[in-house]
Amino acid sequence: MTGGAGGPEGWVSVCRIEQIRRETGVAAWVHGEAVAVFRTHDDEVHALGNHDPRTGASVLARGIVGSRGDEPFVASPLHKEPFGLRHGVCLDDPTVRTPSFEARVVDGVVEVGARRPVPAVAEVP
Amino acid sequence: MDQRQRLVVVGHGMVGHRLVQAAVERGLTATHDVVVLGEETRAAYDRVALTSYFGADGPDALSLLPGGVYDDPAVTLRLATTVTGLDRRARTVTLGDGAVLGYDQLVLATGAAPFVPPVPGHDRDGCFVYRTIDDLDAIREASLTATGGVVVGGGLLGLEAANALVQLGLRTHVVEMAPRLMPVQLDAAAGSTLVRHVEQLGVTVHAGVRTEAVEAGPDGTGVGGLRLAGAGDEPGPLVEAEVVVFSAGIRPRDQLARASGLEVAERGGVVVDEQCRTSDPRVWAVGECAAPGGRLYGLVAPGYAMAEVVVDALLGGAGRFLGADMSTKLKLLGVDVASFGDAFATTEGALELVFSDAVAGTYKKLVVTEDGTRLLGGILVGDAAAYGVLRPMVASGIALPENPEELILPAGRGAPATGVGALPDEAQVCSCNDVSKGEIVGAVRDGVTGPDGEPRRCEDVADVKRCTGAGTTCGSCVGTVTAIVEDHFASVGKEVDRSLCEHFALSRQDIFDLVVVHEYRTFDALVEAHGSGRGCDVCKPVVASVLASRFHGHVLEGATGSLQDTNDAFLANIQRNGTYSVVPRIAGGEITPEKLIVLGEVARDFGLYTKIAGGQRIDLFGARVEQLPVIWQRLVDAGFESGHAYGKSLRTVKSCVGSTWCRFGVQDSTSMAIALELRYRGLRSPHKIKGGVSGCARECAEARSKDFGVIATEKGWNLYVGGNGGATPVHARLLAGDLDDETLVRYLDRYLMYYIRTADRLQRTAPWVESLDGGLDRVRAVVVDDELGLGAELEADMADHVDAYFDEWKATLEDPEKLARFVSFVNAPDLPDPSISFDVERDQVRPRDPAAAAGPVDLGATIPVGAR
Repeated sequence: MTGGAGGPEGWVSVCRIEQIRRETGVAAWVHGEAVAVFRTHDDEVHALGNHDPRTGASVLARGIVGSRGDEPFVASPLHKEPFGLRHGVCLDDPTVRTPSFEARVVDGVVEVGARRPVPAVAEVP
Repeated sequence: MDQRQRLVVVGHGMVGHRLVQAAVERGLTATHDVVVLGEETRAAYDRVALTSYFGADGPDALSLLPGGVYDDPAVTLRLATTVTGLDRRARTVTLGDGAVLGYDQLVLATGAAPFVPPVPGHDRDGCFVYRTIDDLDAIREASLTATGGVVVGGGLLGLEAANALVQLGLRTHVVEMAPRLMPVQLDAAAGSTLVRHVEQLGVTVHAGVRTEAVEAGPDGTGVGGLRLAGAGDEPGPLVEAEVVVFSAGIRPRDQLARASGLEVAERGGVVVDEQCRTSDPRVWAVGECAAPGGRLYGLVAPGYAMAEVVVDALLGGAGRFLGADMSTKLKLLGVDVASFGDAFATTEGALELVFSDAVAGTYKKLVVTEDGTRLLGGILVGDAAAYGVLRPMVASGIALPENPEELILPAGRGAPATGVGALPDEAQVCSCNDVSKGEIVGAVRDGVTGPDGEPRRCEDVADVKRCTGAGTTCGSCVGTVTAIVEDHFASVGKEVDRSLCEHFALSRQDIFDLVVVHEYRTFDALVEAHGSGRGCDVCKPVVASVLASRFHGHVLEGATGSLQDTNDAFLANIQRNGTYSVVPRIAGGEITPEKLIVLGEVARDFGLYTKIAGGQRIDLFGARVEQLPVIWQRLVDAGFESGHAYGKSLRTVKSCVGSTWCRFGVQDSTSMAIALELRYRGLRSPHKIKGGVSGCARECAEARSKDFGVIATEKGWNLYVGGNGGATPVHARLLAGDLDDETLVRYLDRYLMYYIRTADRLQRTAPWVESLDGGLDRVRAVVVDDELGLGAELEADMADHVDAYFDEWKATLEDPEKLARFVSFVNAPDLPDPSISFDVERDQVRPRDPAAAAGPVDLGATIPVGAR
C-alpha cells in the first residue's frame, strides 16, 4: 500500500478504511501532493487537497468533521472555515476552495483518484 | 470673545470628576482651559463603593481616573493641592504653596467633611472618620491590634462603616442618637426591622442613646471604650472597643465661600440657584458643598446632576437643577434596604399600605395618594426586590393596579400586577446616571452611536451598561435593566437564544445536565437523543469538554478523539504553518536547573524555537506532528508532564516567591501556587482558566487579573474571583478573606466546579459571574454560604477529578492506537511534510513567509507538482 502512480485511471491505494476513524480525516501523499482523506459517519470517503486555502498550511485532514443540513464539511483547524467534503468549496464563501479528488473504497481499501474539475461558482450547492 | 477662558474646579471628588468629564464630552474645552485642584494625593475615586473594596486590594480598583491624567490636553489635574483663599474681586484662588491662580469661572466642588461630635476623647489615638481611602487604611491598620470596634452614628454611612469593621473581624457596635437606625430613610417600624437583622449578624445596636466620651485604654493610651450617656448623674455603660469610627453626619466644606463673602445657607452649604450659580455670577458650587435652594444633598446622583447643569450653563444652555430623587437602595450588612419618594407620607391625604412579617424579617410600606391611584413613595427592608419597578412608578405617575397591596405581598399570595413592561418610556430607571427606560429599549433596539461616531450594537445587559451608563454607579437598577432588556426581546419575538448551534437547541449547561442525568458517554448517544445532524466544530468540542469533566477519560480515547478541537486533537497548539508548540507543565513557575537543562537539550536537538510564556513556563515551537511523540517521550522520561496549553482547561497558577525568600512576603505563596496547580491540572472548563497566588499585597503574581486570585494576608489568604486578561480585561473581586489553607481550597473546589457546570460555551469566569442573578453575591451564596446545599457535591466532583488525574501525554505514548494519529502521511510515514520550511531569525528558527510556503495553486487543470 504505497502512493505509487499505478492502478487504472491513476487510482492510488492509500490505507485500509479502519485506519481512518469515523468522522475524521488522514493526510495522504498522492501523486506528489498532500491529500486529506475523510471517512464520514456512513462510511463514505471523500478526498480534498490538504492545504488550507487561506494560509497554505497542509492541515485540513486534522479538522473537525460535521454537517450543515445534509452537507458534510470539515472545519479548517486554523480558522474553522467549513469546506464541503463533496466539492472542496468553502460553505461560507464560494470563492474559497480547495481541490476535490475522486475517492472510493474497494475491498476495504481506500483509493484516491483523479482531481476533479473545479466547479463554477454558480454550480456550488 | 476670542481669548480662551479658564475654568478652575476646586475639588477632585466624584462630582468634580464628573464635571470635568461632562466639560470634555460636551466640548467646553474648545473654549475653556480647565484646571482641577484636588486636595487628596489620589485622583477621584468611587467613594460610594468604598466598603466593597475593603481588604488587601489596592486603591486603584476604585479609581475613576486610573491613569491620573485626562486625555484632553486642555485639562490639567493637580493633586495634593489645597486651596486656602478665594479673592472674588481679583478673580484668583490662592493655593497651599502660596501660588495664585486666576480664573474666569470657578466651580467649588469641595464636598463635605465628616462631623465629629466634640465629646471628650474624640481625638484620641484610635478614633477615626470614614470618608477617604486613607481613613480606611488607618482603620484597617488599627484593627490589626483591636478586638472591638464601635461606630458612632447609625445612618447610611455609619452602617457601611460597621460593615467594614465586621469584615475586619472586630466585635462591632453601632451607637445612634435617634430611636432607630437610618432615621432619615426609615420610619420606626422599618428601623426596628433593620435593627433585628443587624443584630442577627452579631452587631450590637445601641439606639436612642448619646455618646458621652471616648475613654482611654487600660494603660492610659489609645482607646479603651466608648462611654454612653446614663440617666441623671449616673454614668452610662461602657462599650469596650479599641477602634472608634465617627460617622455622625457630614458638614459641607463651605469655608472658602464664607471667607469670601458668598451667601451660605443657615445649616451650611453654599447657596446656589437653579443653575447652581452662587451669589457671584462667576462662581458655581456643586455636590455636597452646595445648597440648592438652601437644601443639602448627601448623595452622589444629585451631585452629578448639578455638575451637568453647570456645564450646560457655561455652554449657554438652559439646564436647571430642580431637586433630586433621594431614593436609596442598598445592601447593608447583608440586608436589603430601600427608601424612595415620599417615604414618610408627608403629602396631604397620603395613605399607607404596610406589610410586615417579623418572622421573615421583612417590612414593606407603600405611600399612595388619597384616592389610591398613584404611588408617592415607599420603604422596603429585608426584601427590596420590588424597588426596581416601584421607584420609577413614583416619577412616572402611572396608575396603580386595582389592588396595590399585591405589589408588596409575597409571591404566591398575590403576584405583582405590573412588571417592567408597564413602565412608561420616560420612567427613570437609573437615577445615578439619569437613564430612562426608553433609552435602554432604544439601545437594544437600534444600537447607539459610539463616541467615535461609529454605530454600536447593544445585544445584552453588559452592552447596555457600556452604551448608556445605566447600572454602572451604585448598581441597584441592574435587575430592572435586565428585566427591561429581556422584556424587549420577548416582545419582538426574539428569544434570547442560548442554543449552541444548528445541531442542539440547548445551552452548554443543558448538555451538562443531560450528560449527568443520563450518563451519556458518547457524542452519538447525545445527538441521537437530543440533537440532529452530525455536529460541527461548535458543539463537538463542547460535548468533549463536558464528557471530560464528567468522566475523566482520556480526551483521545475512542470516538471522543474525533470530537476534539484543533489543539486538543493533537495535545499541542497548532501554529500558522501546521507545526505545533510543546509546553510541559512547570507548576507555579518553579523549575530545577536539571530540568531546565533538559528543556534546553530537547529544544536544541529538535531545532525548536524557544520562548518564555506569560504563564511562567517555557514554550517550544516548530514541532511537526510526527515529532510530537518523540519529543514528549524525552520530556516524560525526564519527569515532565503535559501543561495543557492546548485546552480549554486550567493553564497555570502564577506565583511570586513569597515568604520563603522575599522580605515582604507574609505567606508561602510559591508552595500554595504549586499545590493549587497540581490539584487543578487537567481540569477541562468552558474557557481556559488561570490562577495566581501573591505572597503579599504588592501582588507580584498579578493574581487580580486571574479567574481565581489568591493574595496572602497576615491571617491567611484572600480569595478573588472572576478576573482575566485578554481582549476584555477584568479585575477579580474579593469573594472571602483571611481564609486558612483548607477553607481556601474548599471554596476554590466549589467555585471552579460551579463554573464548569453552569457557564456557557466559551464564557470566561468574569461574564459568567455577571450573568448569574445577583452576580458575585450569588457566587458567594453558593460557594461560601452554601445556600443551595451544593457544596458537598461540588467538592466531591473535584475530588473525583483529583483522584482520576493522569498525564495524558504519558498515556498517549503508551497506547499505539492513539499514537497512530501522529503521522505525516498515512501512506508515507517516513516523508515529512515538504511544505514546511523555516528561516532563521535571532539565531532561532521561524516559519518561512506563509505566501512562499503555499501549497499547489488551483489553475483548473492538473499539473504534476513533482516526482515522488
